[in-house]
Amino acid sequence: MKNIFKISYLIILLLVGTNQVIAEEKVKLLKTDWSFKGLFGKFDRGSLQRGYQVYTEVCASCHSMKYVSYRNLSESGGPEFTEEQVKAIAANFEVTDGPNSDGEMFVRPAKLSDKFVMPFANVKAAQAANGGAYPPDMSVLAKARSGGVDYIYSVLLGYENPPSGVTLEDGVYYNKYMYGNNIKMSEPLSDGLVDYSDGTTASKEQMAKDVTTFLMWTAEPHLEARHKMGFKAILYLIILTILVYFSMKKIWSRIESEV
Amino acid sequence: MSDHEYVPKSKFGKWFNDRLPLLSLASHLADYPTPKNLNYWWTFGGILTFCLITQIVTGLTLAMHYIAHADLAFESVEHIMRDVNYGWLIRYIHSNGASMFFLAVYIHIFRSLFYGSYKSPREIIWIIGIIIYLLMMAAAFMGYVLPWGQMSFWGATVITNLFSAIPFVGEGIVNWLWGGYSVDNPTLTRFFTLHYLIPFLIVGLVVLHIWALHIPGNNNPVGIDIKKPSKDTVPFHPYIVIKDGFALLMFMIIFAFFVFYSPNILGHADNYIEANPMVTPAHIVPEWYLLPFYAILRSVPDKLMGVVAMLSAILILAALPWLDTSKIRSAVFRPLYKQFYWILVADVLILGYVGAMPAEGLYLLIARVATAYYFIHFLMILPILGFKEKTIPLPLSITEPVLGGFPNAAIIKKKESLD
Repeated sequence: MKNIFKISYLIILLLVGTNQVIAEEKVKLLKTDWSFKGLFGKFDRGSLQRGYQVYTEVCASCHSMKYVSYRNLSESGGPEFTEEQVKAIAANFEVTDGPNSDGEMFVRPAKLSDKFVMPFANVKAAQAANGGAYPPDMSVLAKARSGGVDYIYSVLLGYENPPSGVTLEDGVYYNKYMYGNNIKMSEPLSDGLVDYSDGTTASKEQMAKDVTTFLMWTAEPHLEARHKMGFKAILYLIILTILVYFSMKKIWSRIESEV
Repeated sequence: MSDHEYVPKSKFGKWFNDRLPLLSLASHLADYPTPKNLNYWWTFGGILTFCLITQIVTGLTLAMHYIAHADLAFESVEHIMRDVNYGWLIRYIHSNGASMFFLAVYIHIFRSLFYGSYKSPREIIWIIGIIIYLLMMAAAFMGYVLPWGQMSFWGATVITNLFSAIPFVGEGIVNWLWGGYSVDNPTLTRFFTLHYLIPFLIVGLVVLHIWALHIPGNNNPVGIDIKKPSKDTVPFHPYIVIKDGFALLMFMIIFAFFVFYSPNILGHADNYIEANPMVTPAHIVPEWYLLPFYAILRSVPDKLMGVVAMLSAILILAALPWLDTSKIRSAVFRPLYKQFYWILVADVLILGYVGAMPAEGLYLLIARVATAYYFIHFLMILPILGFKEKTIPLPLSITEPVLGGFPNAAIIKKKESLD
């Protein structure tokens, strides 16, 4: 009996959920041209570097990125900072290591091999500091939302005053593209929030695009290698298929039958 | 295998073959007389063998890096995607390979339905095939749980909870399956073990499937019994080998497009969120290949009856050789059956579509009608059709349909060119 309740509860949740999804899918996400889409899609190196800057100056105070290592920042197919730059970046962070030979834990500057240092010690601490909402880890965020990069880009730019009749609780903001339209993150971006070192104007749209590009890379660090290999693999398969087709025709021509 | 004598040329070959007739087996496989009129729908057997081997090879590699632990599984998958050399490639081949496997198996099954390949004397081949299909679904379901994302966890919760519908012992069975009182680490480790085991069971059944096939030989688009070997057949090698190879390459091109250019399109975004027992996803859906059965499950208001309906929808296929009373195999010569066949195809596609939609309002109504029709097709239409249908006369052989007084060669020709 309890299970029947459980199942019906799940099914009701599912119904409510799908309803919402269907209702929300009617909201058209904002589009922008992503350089990494398409057969030959590659990341825009400058955009990745700027995106890292936005992440580290704006997002990283709340959002962890626990599957990405500092060394990844200098690897090919990524932002491709130089190793010296990345060493300098890593050295800004402190990690607890140990125990040392005295059995003591100690703090040292981060190294290339360390994962990105998390802003909070654990999920509970993150929730406590953010009004009960856990800022999701950003490592695979671009793949973890339907709509992917378009969705993230839209949410970043989707802050609006709530329509009349909608009252929001304290610490909740209205976002046109967020599932359910309620978001506990205040608007993170504003024009000129960061100073881009390459001289690009830090408009809201530009920062949203750059940081979303960066998030796509952290979610798919081998995207460029995948696209490159895919083109070669498919070209190879097509040529082989054509050769095999003619071999097949030749072999079957020995008998009176079509193939 | 006793239908032809093979004598190895070399002395050692003869010595070896007398003790273990592997060379005879190889010769049998190479010479195996195959109907020469097989169309490309018949190439999916070979494609499925490729899929199985691909899944096993990539799966073994993944298992070397994967950690079956509730706290580490998600992280280990990210480790594979980021740090293992070509780990992303191996994992994407494996995850998309599952979808490709099901795509191929559905084509294989519907080919069999169209050309009546399940009919006497091939009932055992068919039933073994159904068992393989069931095992595939079990393997795919458990495999989807392993990354320990949100959809893994909640999919596992929903599906294992189905067993609680069994009267009296249901709850006990569910706890036994879980190894506890909820889906947790013991569930994950046993699913991993079974996910590893099942493919090898499938390999064994595939051997039986092919063995059983080699007794009567292949059915063919005309669906008549043919003399083997004869003018109607070609040896498996090289004719069928190269044709299967060509079709396999075409299949691999599509496969590669998914792997390299849209590797996540067939999955669900929520599975990139680590499993969290405290948060239920808004939208729990199974993988696309299970959606028709999911629609049947949800279309019945009672939970137990829903589970019964879903299982019956699969098991009813095993009874198909006896439910279909027509002696004519190929739909080419069954004008009425052909129409009902396409209605069934549409029905299953509709079930798949509504399976992905919320079970309410119009969707629920459509799901119910489609579920009812699914059973009506197998339980009423097929048995009656065998007696009522006026079939087109069969040709005497594949090569000489005209001599057999076959009046409608254009139909076959048209059918083949369509294929």
